[in-house]
Amino acid sequence: MIEVKNLSKSFGQKQVLDNVSCVLGSGQMNLIIGTSGSGKTVFLKCMVGLMDLDHGEILYDGQDFIHMNDKEKKELRTQIGMLFQGSALFDSLTVEQNVMFPLDMFTKQTLSEKLKRVNEVLDRVNLKDSNRKYPAELSGGMKKRVALARAIVLNPKYLFCDEPNSGLDPQTSLVIDKLITEITKEYNITTIMNTHDMNTVMESGDNIVYLYQGSKRWEGNKEDIIFSEDEKLNQFIFASEFLQDAKRMRMRG
Amino acid sequence: MIRALEHFGRYLLMLKDMFSKPENSKVYWKEFIHQCNEIGIRSLGIVIIISVFLGAVTTVQTAYQLISPLVQKYVIAQIIRDSTFLELSPTVVCIVLAGVVGSKIASELGNMRVTEQIDALEIMGINTKTYLILPKIAASFVVIPLLIVVSMFLSVWGGYIAAVMSGVMNEEQFSLGLIKDFIPFNLTFGLIKSFTFAFIISSISAYFGYHVKGGALEIGQASTTAVVISCILILFADYGLAALLL
Repeated sequence: MIEVKNLSKSFGQKQVLDNVSCVLGSGQMNLIIGTSGSGKTVFLKCMVGLMDLDHGEILYDGQDFIHMNDKEKKELRTQIGMLFQGSALFDSLTVEQNVMFPLDMFTKQTLSEKLKRVNEVLDRVNLKDSNRKYPAELSGGMKKRVALARAIVLNPKYLFCDEPNSGLDPQTSLVIDKLITEITKEYNITTIMNTHDMNTVMESGDNIVYLYQGSKRWEGNKEDIIFSEDEKLNQFIFASEFLQDAKRMRMRG
Repeated sequence: MIRALEHFGRYLLMLKDMFSKPENSKVYWKEFIHQCNEIGIRSLGIVIIISVFLGAVTTVQTAYQLISPLVQKYVIAQIIRDSTFLELSPTVVCIVLAGVVGSKIASELGNMRVTEQIDALEIMGINTKTYLILPKIAASFVVIPLLIVVSMFLSVWGGYIAAVMSGVMNEEQFSLGLIKDFIPFNLTFGLIKSFTFAFIISSISAYFGYHVKGGALEIGQASTTAVVISCILILFADYGLAALLL
């Protein structure tokens, strides 16, 4: 479980996050939603320490992340997996080497043990026979799967996903969402995902935090969102007439 | 001026942060060997070509300028030897390497920065400065002086071939020139320069590449800036070392 308390972040005069607080549960799909520029990525980057925050607290299972020393942060980070928007695979390494990289760095396993684990996670993300390929030879969806495999190879307790569906077709998006949801439940991971994708919100949102202009405006789950009266949230979620009709039908039962 | 000081401060911090305990020394060693190959072996071709022609051209041009019955022929070989050891091999080859190796380091790190590969390493708990920059500087420190030694040898050899083929002097005269009044410190001085320049090329390029912000355009700009600043600093260091040590 991750607790975020009064997180604020500004760039010069621009306040990007303003006193955001929330609790992100383990074994749940915690979704951070909001329009472009609402502070979702900054929120995620502050949480993992890629950006310093102005004030606030971040507690990973009660451990204060902000006041940890470098060694403690390093240890905690071995329990964090992250799936980046652009996958962030290492160009010069093959799929196998990319996934094996955290094992090489942080474990003393033998090569055969590492290979076994790599094949296990690649199998888990439904990616077989691509071990020798380089990232440049993969499609967008395959890259995301490799990045997901790399993120979970060390059995993390926390998984951060920054818009994992961006640039993917709806069908592939659903596959990636399903994979992340399954892995979250299977390994009881605290998953935090930034997304714009309404399919993801409606299919996977166990806990949804809606950011509007840097502040938390709404929090709930995929059921609550249908009945939400918040005007800005409704404008964001049900942007098209088609979705508005779908909402009306759902509300009528 | 403030901007330059800011860059200098960040550069020093980068160098300080680079020294931390490796997470896994085997992986770092592998990366070091990889960088030795990337920086050394991949630059060998251009170093060979430049060095041979540098020696050959210096021979022909020195002979052209020293048409005097009072000057012995072997003096041309002495001039080639000393100018190669003192200046041509360390400085000219390192300026070329600033272009070849420097732009490669800057664009590689810049690309890793904009595609979030560096962030991915940070998230894993890896000190990215130690993992990405230290092996490049260490490899440059090892292989660039070796390339300079190869260059010195080839440059003198190029001079010898040009001298004999063009009839400027014969083999005995050239050999006499090479050993007569040889000062071993000149060779040491050339090596001191090559170590200094190796550090400048790798650390400056790594600094500009590591701190790229933006996209493809900024990677190109960082790469160009890295090469230009490296070349300028090489020339400053060249003068500084000559004034201090000679």
